[in-house]
Parts: sequence; structure tokens; C-alpha cells
Amino acid sequence: MVTINGQSVDAARKTVAEYLVEAGYNTVRIAVERNEMIVPKAKYAETVLADGDVVEVVNFVGGG
Amino acid sequence: MADTCSQMRDSCVPSREEMLAALEKRQGEDAVRKLQAATVAVCGLGGLGSNIAISLARAGVGKLILVDFDRVDVTNLHRQQYKACQVGLPKPEALLANLKEIAPYTDFETHSEKVTAENAVPLLANADVICEAFDNAEAKAMLVNTVLETMPEKFLVAASGMAGYDSGNSIATRKVTKRFYVCGDGQSDVGDGIGLIAPRVMLCAAHQALVVIRLILGLE
Repeated sequence: MVTINGQSVDAARKTVAEYLVEAGYNTVRIAVERNEMIVPKAKYAETVLADGDVVEVVNFVGGG
Repeated sequence: MADTCSQMRDSCVPSREEMLAALEKRQGEDAVRKLQAATVAVCGLGGLGSNIAISLARAGVGKLILVDFDRVDVTNLHRQQYKACQVGLPKPEALLANLKEIAPYTDFETHSEKVTAENAVPLLANADVICEAFDNAEAKAMLVNTVLETMPEKFLVAASGMAGYDSGNSIATRKVTKRFYVCGDGQSDVGDGIGLIAPRVMLCAAHQALVVIRLILGLE
């Protein structure tokens, strides 16, 4: 299992890109941290999530 | 008009020493020493950034780097720290004038340009803490990804979700990683047709400014 934004999610062995599509994120409005490290946007498709990973997806909305 | 706008009783402005002594009395000598030594960059000088900059200048942050490509518009006046007589001025120039009236001895650096993935490093290299204070969601994500990818040693304080009339109690500070914080409710999107109201935007800006100060003081 992978902990994503504090929730336990069955996302091990999926790529970051696959998870983001399934979860409905718009990738131009987010930042993804995996185990305290930024996942560069260019690496979403090749970064494979593993059991025990801690992931934070920050979704930006408009307004400021 | 310009005279009423910039009217200052120059002879009444306290000296640098007087202002420092007053800050130390209110905030403590140790805190003021740390704040005076800090450089903070504020990217975007709208409802968030103009309020963040004023809070940080009042608190005694030594140097502020202020960046925005925009000009003051009449539709900004309901929530941004500009005056009616400043409509049409570049925001960095207008905010600098207002900040100098509040904190005349702070070191300010202004840039009237758009922050991009290409110029972010030279613009922000000297900052200890970077505030993301844009209004556009894609621009927010661009800056955050650029800073985290190219300047991982920086502290970054971003914002997401402060539109509408919901309770201020839903505005919170989220510590994403050791060096990356996001303030806001995370959800209310101005793109959904809900407006921005001064106190809710100011609450979010206050969260951001407070995290910045706590980071400088080593409290986070």
C-alpha cells in the first residue's frame, strides 16, 4: 500500500502518471512529493510507486 | 492627487534606531536579530503577496524581493494593498511606495517581470524563503515545481484555496515536507465563479507570513 495525502491507497507498482490519471488530477495544476522529494513532472511516467511510499499530491486552485 | 497619496509627515518618521528598539520591545531581541538577517521573496503582489509583504516588513524582515509583472487595476482595490490613486502603476513600484511609508529602513528589491521556469533561479537565488502568491493555478504549480526541482535548499510557502465566503476556519497551513508548506483551504477555486473577499484572502496571506516568520525563527 502507498500512503497518499494521508490515505492508504492500493497504488503500488503503478507509475505516478497512472495514479494521477486514475485519481482525476490535472497535472499542470499539481506538485507531487514522494518520500520528501519532489517528483519532476518529466518523471511522472517513469516513477513507479512502491509499497510503503509516502506521497503528497498538492493540487492548486485559482485565487490570490 | 499624488500629494495626498504620498503625503508623509517626514519629520515624524522615527529613526532606524527607534524603530528597531520598538520592534525588539514587542518581538524580542533574538527574534528581531534573526528576522533582520533574513531575505524573503514574494512572487505575485496581489491579494496574497501585497498582504504578505506588509506583514513581513512590519515584523522586521531585513530584505524583501518583490516580483510581479502586472499593474494595479481598479478591480484589485477590494483586496490588495494599493490605493485608488495607484491604479495603472506597476504593482512592484506601487507596493514599494506603500511599504516605504510603513517600514522605511527595510531593504527592498523589486522586479517588474513575470516569473518563469527560466528566470526563477536568478530572481530568487538570494532568498532564504520563497512565497508563492500568484492567483493562477497553473502559474502556482509552475513556480512550486520549479523551486522544488531546481532550488531544493529553499523554504517554499505556497497558497491554494481562499476564494468565496466560507468560514475563515477552513484556511489552514499544511506542512507538505520539511521545506514546503501550503496555506489555504485547498479547494475553493476562483475559477468556479466564486469571488475573492479581502478578509479571507488576508487570512491566507497571514498564514503564509506567519509560516515564513516561524521558519526564520527556527520554530518549524
